Amino acid sequence: MDTRAFANRAWLFVVPVMIVVLFSSLTPMMTVVNYSFQDTMGQNNFFWNGVGWFQNLLDPTTAVGQRFQGSLLRNLLFSAVVLAIEVPLGIAVSLCIPKSGWRVGAALVLIALPLLIPYNVVGVIWQLFSRTDIGLLGVGLTAAGVPFNVTQDAASAWFVIIVMDVWHWTSMLALLCYAGLKAIPDAYYQAARIDGANRWSVFRNIELPKLRKVLVIGMLLRFMGSFMIYTEPFTVTGGGPGEATSFLSIDLVKMALGQVDLGNAAAYSLVYNLITLTVCWVFFTYTTHADQKDAA
Amino acid sequence: MSLVLDAVGLKRGDEVIIADASLDLQPGTMNVLLGPTLSGKTTLMRLMAGLDRPTSGRIVEDGRDVTGLGVKARSVAMVYQQFVNYPTLSVYDNIASPLRVQGLAKAEIEARVARAAKLMRLEPMLKRTPAQLSGGQQQRTALARALVKQAKLVLLDEPLANLDYKLREELREELPRIFAETGAILVYATTEPGEALLLRGRTATLHEGRITQVGPTAAVYRDPANRDAARVFSDPPLNELAVTVAGGTATLADGRGFPAEGPLAGLPDGACTLGFRADAARVATQGGGLGDGLPPSGPSFPGAVSVTEISGSESFVHVVTDAGLGTVVCLVEGVHAFEPGDRVAVELDLGAAFAFGPDGRRIAARGGRAVATGPGLRQPVPA
Repeated sequence: MDTRAFANRAWLFVVPVMIVVLFSSLTPMMTVVNYSFQDTMGQNNFFWNGVGWFQNLLDPTTAVGQRFQGSLLRNLLFSAVVLAIEVPLGIAVSLCIPKSGWRVGAALVLIALPLLIPYNVVGVIWQLFSRTDIGLLGVGLTAAGVPFNVTQDAASAWFVIIVMDVWHWTSMLALLCYAGLKAIPDAYYQAARIDGANRWSVFRNIELPKLRKVLVIGMLLRFMGSFMIYTEPFTVTGGGPGEATSFLSIDLVKMALGQVDLGNAAAYSLVYNLITLTVCWVFFTYTTHADQKDAA
Repeated sequence: MSLVLDAVGLKRGDEVIIADASLDLQPGTMNVLLGPTLSGKTTLMRLMAGLDRPTSGRIVEDGRDVTGLGVKARSVAMVYQQFVNYPTLSVYDNIASPLRVQGLAKAEIEARVARAAKLMRLEPMLKRTPAQLSGGQQQRTALARALVKQAKLVLLDEPLANLDYKLREELREELPRIFAETGAILVYATTEPGEALLLRGRTATLHEGRITQVGPTAAVYRDPANRDAARVFSDPPLNELAVTVAGGTATLADGRGFPAEGPLAGLPDGACTLGFRADAARVATQGGGLGDGLPPSGPSFPGAVSVTEISGSESFVHVVTDAGLGTVVCLVEGVHAFEPGDRVAVELDLGAAFAFGPDGRRIAARGGRAVATGPGLRQPVPA
């Protein structure tokens, strides 16, 4: 008996998944793609615009192009600053976590707390905290004679948003690094002690190399997190003062929902999406390539 | 340098980790710590190295009390079962690392690294990092790092356990020779009785944190002082039969008696354990002996084969005895294809067996050394 006819129908099993994927991601995505290549005058009448929106977006001499470029550079700067602070700080915190006893549990719970707070609550906490009339930070800094006003001063706004992100996310890197440190066999530390190596060379030659893999993952997660950040700065500054803290997501939401500039916003979304995908892909190929080199 | 452990003990809370370990280690000697996993070999090494501080007893180095002196103040090198090297440093820098810490001159470091690399045959790999080496090469790098330090105490903690068979054989030959030239005290921990015998030197058997016997390796093998030492030094596991001696007759658990000869001869009446290694038990097929054809010199038990382990020139046959005496492992020369369930008889060579008292201690029969050499020891091993 020939069973191939039956076997060919196996693809039917995939149909439910394809339907779910169609509705969950493909259809909404295609709406954006439609908007990005067409223009409309309302009444659901669309006409073809080709790559016009994209040209507009990627040309820094146009108003939209300028906006996009400004937000992109602002966002890249933010990600760079946040990573430069959180990665070393996370490693430092992980090295200070106790290795045994009840203190381990206590330390881990305390460190994990910021991660358990919803994003908008984090935003509200820091918005209130930095207010110059009732917030401890705002009142304290003003009383100390430091010029500080989140709603008027760009430097103040950046300061609060960066400190807030560090407060919120350093824990994740610390926990990742702690797990990485726990995975180092005791024999390495023993060997270093027998060699007479000092604390710095134990860190430099044993701990840091052994943390490389978790650090790559941690940096990827933090880059993505900070590159797509929306809720917290939106709650604290709303993107201001002016455009000072308008990162890509904030700017995009303004354009799409505030100004209903759908064509530009659709092109904006797709380019934004493409940038994050590219970064992910580069990270992924880099790590798998490095792993293969290690294994060889 | 000589190192003396004087009743060294380690307790953690109420838990005894090491109990009254006494050892006398002389320069240029090979000292084997033989015991199963978790018997305390590594802990004992950590105490010797000064990585841990004993809670009782003294550690004396050349007459100087070094108890509680940290590892930095001692001259120690150690190699582990895992391949422990600095991951980002090249093989050269790895080997040179202990010398750099000591602050030696560059020329001196270069000369010593080159020598160690040559001995460990690592010369072509000096520029690579550990991740680019095979397991054997990684372990040779770790060994070179221990060698280059010219430490007075070299601790090798199952260094060959993770290597493949061929390399293990090779390094087991070379290691004692290479390190002996440095005049260091060599301490080698292993779980394998065969490895201890190949390394020669002196052996201390460990059981649950206690040293059960110390002496020249071959002598400990030939003359285990107690049941724990005999168990640790037997592979396959020691066969044990409970017997009761009364009036020159030994009675097994199934009620069968046989003349109390060999180690049982002249024993006072009472219960004891008859322990014997696989090479003291022969297998006779029913209807024709497999052995030398001589009539059995000791008791024999009928049974059925359960498993045969063939190791090449010899086979270990596991026989389940009919009388409910448990499984007895027998050594048979050559490759024999017994099938599970085959009917055989186990012939015990009493002359190569040991008798242990109820407290586990060896009961000396006929006074002094009970079994100097016997059929149980087929190859003479220099003491």
